[in-house]
This record gives sequence, structure tokens and C-alpha cells, in this order.
Amino acid sequence: MSLIEIKDLHVSVDDKEILKGIDLTMNGGEVHAIMGPNGTGKSTLSYVLAGRKGYEVTKGSVSFDGKDLLEMEADERARAGVFLAFQYPLEIPGVATSTFLKTALNAKRRESGLDEIDAMEFLNLIKAKTKELEMPYEMIKRQLNVGFSGGEKKRAEVLQMSLLEPKFAILDETDSGLDIDALKIVSNGVNALRDPERAFLVITHYQRLLKYIVPDFVHVIVDGKIVESGDQSLAEVLEAEGYARFEKRAAA
Amino acid sequence: MVATKQTVDAVRDVETYKHGWSTDIESDMAPKGLSEDIVRFISAKKEEPEWMLEARLKAFRYWLTIQDEEPTWAKVSYPKIDYQDAYYYAAPKLEDGPKSLDEVDPKLLETYEKLGIPLREQEMLAGVAVDAVFDSVSVATTYKKKLNELGVIFCSMSEAIKNHPELVQKYLGSVVPYSDNFFATLNCAVFTDGSFVYIPKGLRCPMELSTYFRINEKNTGQFERTLIIADEGSYVSYLEGCTAPQRDENQLHAAVVELIALDDAEIKYSTVQNWYPGDEDGKGGIYNFVTKRAACRGRNSKVMWTQVETGSAVTWKYPSCILQGDNSVGEFYSVAITNNKQQADTGTKMIHLGKNTRSKIIAKGISAGRSDSTYRGLVRIQPKADGARNFTQCDSLLIGDQCGAHTIPYIESRNPTAQTEHEATTSTISDDQMFYCQQRGLNPEESVSLIVNGFCKEVLQTLPMEFAVEAQKLVGISLEGSVG
Repeated sequence: MSLIEIKDLHVSVDDKEILKGIDLTMNGGEVHAIMGPNGTGKSTLSYVLAGRKGYEVTKGSVSFDGKDLLEMEADERARAGVFLAFQYPLEIPGVATSTFLKTALNAKRRESGLDEIDAMEFLNLIKAKTKELEMPYEMIKRQLNVGFSGGEKKRAEVLQMSLLEPKFAILDETDSGLDIDALKIVSNGVNALRDPERAFLVITHYQRLLKYIVPDFVHVIVDGKIVESGDQSLAEVLEAEGYARFEKRAAA
Repeated sequence: MVATKQTVDAVRDVETYKHGWSTDIESDMAPKGLSEDIVRFISAKKEEPEWMLEARLKAFRYWLTIQDEEPTWAKVSYPKIDYQDAYYYAAPKLEDGPKSLDEVDPKLLETYEKLGIPLREQEMLAGVAVDAVFDSVSVATTYKKKLNELGVIFCSMSEAIKNHPELVQKYLGSVVPYSDNFFATLNCAVFTDGSFVYIPKGLRCPMELSTYFRINEKNTGQFERTLIIADEGSYVSYLEGCTAPQRDENQLHAAVVELIALDDAEIKYSTVQNWYPGDEDGKGGIYNFVTKRAACRGRNSKVMWTQVETGSAVTWKYPSCILQGDNSVGEFYSVAITNNKQQADTGTKMIHLGKNTRSKIIAKGISAGRSDSTYRGLVRIQPKADGARNFTQCDSLLIGDQCGAHTIPYIESRNPTAQTEHEATTSTISDDQMFYCQQRGLNPEESVSLIVNGFCKEVLQTLPMEFAVEAQKLVGISLEGSVG
């Protein structure tokens, strides 16, 4: 049984159909990249998988780890192991990053029948994780994402992912707004999490991210449908040629 | 475990012994209504000296002249109160309360559970007449002994009237005069009991003083009267109330609190108010009409009010500072949460009289359900207050689209050297923030609680540690059911 099976997924927002029949199967250990021009439904796919409100599934199914993902609330999905690294992480004023991390970690532990994490254990865990991601430890004392630079926000997302150890991680344009050094650090963080039990869905416009996070599969979405799938070489073709030929094909 | 009649009797015996309550405690109940006779009855029951009775009568006679002038300027509405249809004196009766936790509203117990309150304290809070009280009494006794050695006077107002008449006569009513306002006048006439604190010169009171330890004074909630005097160079932190919803059968609460800080003295007064807010339609909740005021009488004196208001159906409350002494400082930190049909009109008054006086106001209002929350504040700078400064920040957070938040700041400056600043924001909890928290595994209630606690952080962190932890949980509990 595959970890994620998306079958003929149709999704509308405000009665406008955005996804028009997505089929995608992912197994543990695989990294799938989704590429495509603006406004073709890449972010919609990430939101609908994470359970954001306002996205109406009109047809199709998504199973995750044998469960009907679409029947679950966003927080249930998260505790079951779905993680979305946001393109624009939200600011939560007044809430220390460490408090947020601890609350999230404990929500997950509670689900697994574990006790809340011990304060010292948590501290040591965070110290190790921030070091891995080359983040200053002091950062976790700051209010979550408030006044963070673009790079800091994305690193904080990867820090959360690393802490919560999801089975299925979706990276929504994690490369946007990153300079080359930050891109390397974030990619290293993601690569460190690659695991036979874990699948990644990497959404990006650009091939440059895929140089660092090398995908097993690349899918091109145009107008709400996957129009072509291949391996990493497809990304290189796209980089060279753009999306024009796919757009033409979709229009035809 | 249901307490038998015997246990109840035993409790009563011990209680009577410990606190020297009069033997005819059972029959102590004044008939309904408010009259000069009732005022005399209260005073007589409390064995008060003549001067106290006179003060009560003076207030009562004045109240008669204003009895049709209940204030209407606050943005709250409630049915007209019939002051003749209420009891003004009922001595504590042990049998009134539930006999065991089995008889207590399970919803209340659920809340205690969430707040992490130990079982024995739960019994105490719910008014269960069992021996749980004894532990606390012994704690309280040890605690009082230590304070006595330091020269701190911490007792009930009734005791203070008998044992420290010189202090009471000098200071009672010196900050809130009997004619101050409708509810204060009523309180002056019929107040039942409350706390009295005196901190001697130069003493930094080493522990937080809390009404919590004064469990022997029950049934004082309705017309509570508190007076705190910090003598020169002293410091005290006083905690009022409790995060747990307390059982109380009196619907109208009209307390008066007076604080006096002399030269170089500092008083920190923290309140968590969680009286019964009524049901989802606001029925049966407490009306909380409180007058709290501090006089920073001495040079370099400081008063800091912190309040977390989550309970009551209607709240009308403006803890204020009169900054008389040069360089004196007044601070007001407030969190007011309203849910369902609660109404809160709360804020502060900072009256700058002395030179270089400073005040700071941080008010956070959170409205959910169909509730209404108003910040109403006055900053007045008098002509002699050279160099006075004020900073005010009022933030409102709305949850849902059926509630209201209002900010009504009054600024009156009569001195050209004064500086005042006012900042105000209104925001909502965005769907995006909710989704972000939920995407990390927090359920909707945890998400709201986290976001709101973040919003209130500046205020909550001014609370003493143990109070702050409970207050954080309370913030979450108060907003339960506010997100669909």
C-alpha cells in the first residue's frame, strides 16, 4: 500500500474549478516535485492536502497511510503526520517560538499516548536541531515569525518539520525569497530528514531548488492537471524551455 | 463522600472556635430591603464603634438622595435593579453550601479540573462544608504569625475597625469618599467585610498577600471593602480573587478598594476576576460594579494595577491612580475577556497632580460570541503636573463577527509641558493564523488559546508567577466554544 494515493482529485474554490483531476501516488522515501507556471493549482493542491477551509473537493479521493485524508480536520491530519511548510509562514505575536514548538510537539505526543515532553529534554532537542539548521539558538525566544527575515521564516519552518517528524511533508515554494546560502541550509535541513518512511512533495517554480533537493519524480501541473511526469531531467528541460509547450498542449 | 450532619456540626464548632464567631450565627439574617434600620442592624451585628455606624448612616442618607441616579453612561445594559428586593446581611451559614462535590455542578468541576486545582481546594471553592478547610486554616495561621512578627497588619476589615481604629479612621474613605459614585455610596452604607492591610515603614513584604488565605471570611463578596496602606518606603504585592469560578448567590457585587502609597512606597495589586458570567444567554450572571482607586500620596510612590477580567455578566470597573506625590507612578495592565452575552466596560483613570508623574496604561480587550467590551479611560493632567507623562495602549481582539469592541479614551491636559501618547489597534484572529496553528497539530481551542495568550502577554507577564500560569489557562477556558 502506498503512503499517499491521490485519485482523480477535483477541487473548486468559490465555485471555480482549480484542480481538474489530479492522480498521484507516493511511497515512503520518495521525493516528488511539482512544477508549473503561476496560477495552475500548485498551492491549491498543498492546501487541500493540509485541510485548509474554503477548498471544496467535488470529486476524487485522497488516502494517507490507509486513512481517508479528506474526512479529517486540519489538526487531525497534522497529528497523523501531514506537515505543510508554508510559503508565507504566519506571525503569531506574543507567542515565543519555543512555546509554539513545545505546544505543537505536545499535541502530537498526546495523540500517540505519550506524556508531555520534559523541559530539559525539550531544551536539548531544540539546541541540537537549531545547530543542525545553523540557526542561532536565541531565535526560539523571539515571537513566532514576528520580524523574521524571509530566510529565518523558512528555516523556522524546517525546524518545525524536523521537530514534528512528519510522514508526509509538503514544501510550498520553500525556495521563494531565499538567497543562495539560505537555500543551501534549508535544503540540507530537508535532505537530513529524507527517510525511507517519509515522503516529500516539493512545490516550486524553479529548478534551482531541485539541484539541492534531488527529487525522484518531477510532475508538471498546468491548468489543474498533471500534464507530464518524469525524473529530475524533466526539471532541467523545463528550466531550459519554460512551460510554453505544456501550456499550448493544455489549451489545445 | 457526603458529609453527614455530624460532620457539618463538627466543622461549625471548630470554625466558631477558631474565629470566635458569635454563637447565634444561624439566626443572623436581616430581612430584605434597604433602610436605616438595616444599616444599624449590620453595624450592630458587627459590633462596630459609633463612628463607623455614623459613617455608614451618612453614606446611606446620601444614597437616599441619589437612589434614582444609578449611572447609565457605561456601555452596558441590564434589567433595572430593585434595591429593596435584596438581602444586605446574611451571616455565613455552613449548611447553605453543597455537602460534597457530588452535589456541585459538574461543569464547574470540569473547569476546576482544567485549571489543575487540587481536590481539596475545589471543595473549598465550591463552598463544600468539609474538613478540607482545616488544612488551609493552619496554613493561613502560620502565614499570619510570620506577618505579625514583621509588623504587617493583614486582617479582615471588621477586625481592623475594632483593633486598629486610628488607621481605619485616618484612611478609610480618604481615596474613595462616600459620595464618590452611586455604587461606592451604597458600599459605604452596607459593606460587609473585606481585607485590611498595613505595611510598616521600610518593609518589603516578603510574601504575596492573598485573600485566598483568608478563607475564614466567607460571604463577603457582595459588598466587599478593602483598604491597603503602604507606609513610607514599603512594598507589597496583593492578590485578589482566584482563577476558579466561585460559587456565589449574590447577583450584585459592589466592592470598593482603596490603596494608599506614601513616600517611596509601592503597591502591586493583581486581580483575577472570574465570577459566574451567566449562561449562554447571559442569564444569572454576576453584576460587578467595582470602585477601585489608589492614591500615590507620597513622593516617588508607585501603584501598579493588573487585572484579568473574565467573569461576570456585567463588569463596570475602573481601577485608577491619583498621582499626588511628585515623581509618582501609576500603571494599569488589563485583560478583559467577554464571551457569549457578557458585557464589560472597564478601564482606568490616571489623574496627574504632582510634578514628573508618570502613568502607563496597557489594556487588552478580547471579545467573542455576542459580547461587548469597552475600554474607557481618562488621563487628566492638572496645571501643576509639570513634566507629566502618559503612555496608553489599547488593543482589541475580535473573535467572530457578532461581538463588539470599543475604545473610549479621554485625554485632558492642562499643562503644556506634559506628554501623552495613545495607541490603539483592533484586530481579529485570522483564518490563516488558525489554519497555521492547526496545521501544527493544535486543535481549534488550543489555537485560540495560544493566539489570545500571545495577544495578552504584556499584561499576563506582570502577574506574579503562580497567578500567571493559572491565568493563562483561564484565558483559554474563557473562550471555549468561541470558534466553530
